[in-house]
Amino acid sequence: MTISAVRKASPIAPASVEQPVTIEITGISKSYGALEVLNDCSMSIRKGEAVVVCGPSGSGKSTLLKCVNGLETFQSGSIVVDGVSVGDRNTDLTRLRSRIGMVFQHFELYPHLSVLENITLAQVKVLRRSKAEASEKGMALLRRVGLGDKAGCHPAQLSGGQQQRVAIARALAMDPIAMLFDEPTSALDPEMIKDVLDVMTELAGDGMTMMVVTHEMGFAHHVADRVVFMDGGRILEDAPSSVFFAQPSTERARIFLSKILRQ
Amino acid sequence: MTYRWDWSVLVSEPYLGWLLAGLGWTLLVAGAAWVLALAVGVTIGVLRTLPNRAARTFGTAYVETFRNIPLLLQLFVWYFVLPELLPAPIGNWIKRDLPLPEYWTAVIGLGLFTAARVAEQTRAGIQAIGRGQAMAAAASGLTLTQSYRYILLPIAARNVLPPLTSEFLNVVKNSSLALTIGLLELTGQSRQIESATFHGIEAFTAATLTYVVLTTVVIVALRAIERLVAIPGLMARA
Repeated sequence: MTISAVRKASPIAPASVEQPVTIEITGISKSYGALEVLNDCSMSIRKGEAVVVCGPSGSGKSTLLKCVNGLETFQSGSIVVDGVSVGDRNTDLTRLRSRIGMVFQHFELYPHLSVLENITLAQVKVLRRSKAEASEKGMALLRRVGLGDKAGCHPAQLSGGQQQRVAIARALAMDPIAMLFDEPTSALDPEMIKDVLDVMTELAGDGMTMMVVTHEMGFAHHVADRVVFMDGGRILEDAPSSVFFAQPSTERARIFLSKILRQ
Repeated sequence: MTYRWDWSVLVSEPYLGWLLAGLGWTLLVAGAAWVLALAVGVTIGVLRTLPNRAARTFGTAYVETFRNIPLLLQLFVWYFVLPELLPAPIGNWIKRDLPLPEYWTAVIGLGLFTAARVAEQTRAGIQAIGRGQAMAAAASGLTLTQSYRYILLPIAARNVLPPLTSEFLNVVKNSSLALTIGLLELTGQSRQIESATFHGIEAFTAATLTYVVLTTVVIVALRAIERLVAIPGLMARA
């Protein structure tokens, strides 16, 4: 499977207009002392949408992503995921997190557990599924990401691309309402990147709600519904991906694109 | 020097019995102190890594108290000073009615001292894991307790096995200080033999070799555990 237009048949997918909002970020600001990391960021992701967040290093995109499941705190603004306010003191963050899948730049598989155990742990301990049910689900997902024969391996015995696909399977095993990707291909060899992007493209095609921080402009262009461009802790652009790549509205995005696309 | 060597002293009664009794007490003190040190040390070490500030402060206070006072002094405090400071009924009970007061004092003194060192190693073992693992665990909906139980502690335990081996050896050797509060463990018994027979070199040699055998057993056993729990694919641990 190639990174092709699964959902780009029509430039503005009608689904994205009617679907309810899954992630609503409103006026988020965060600073460490005098250092402003996020400055009044607002964006939303509807059910079934894939949104890429891009921008130069240090622009705050990973921090914004981690605010969505409360791994990072923020000082003002609000984030509502499926009707639940992340920053609310009374919110059961643990429960909310169990419903949001997350994939990290450095995979973060548990090194002491087998591949299958990595995928079943939270299913059994958080969702209270039986071991058998969790294993069955885990094996199905491993086959889906093309690693059905690696269930008994340990993470260190896998390549980076394989580890990242296991990490995606681990997140999917929780039947998440949305998936967060934090630079999922940045730590991978070029050869491995395609395998991971293929899995992500398939996910997007299946209608998974996705927020993806990445430098993969091919993915942003051909798979994402929208692109959000950040710099200096602010969201500078939020546009359908075809519009963003054809005619970015800010000079900063034009410079960013010209640099990143020339490679 | 005209030293009259006589190694047969070591295998003649009652001296052989003394040595064996000493070995027995050494094993009992070191074993019990090690169990106490592991239980308290791991707990304190975990406290020092928690998000809760009060927990971290308590852990730090424990470690700094117990590792900054000489072990010998700590034994004296537990044995001679503490019973006087406690309310009279408890103090009197310790002095008069507690069976084997030297033994229990040695176990508690050595155990709590070693716990401070185990705590530091546990903390280092957890902090060496990096924030990513804790984040991944939290992101999947595991509670903090579950993260420690299923992810952080199993990895940390593997990280700290080599330094813990050294700590276990220290407990075995440091148990000899118990002779200062009257417990006739291995070193104490060899001194007894020296006093009774003037064959100190033989007696101390026997004690030395016994310690070497004990520590070698500890080293071999812990190496075996290290190999047993090694994570497949991580060369450094193989």
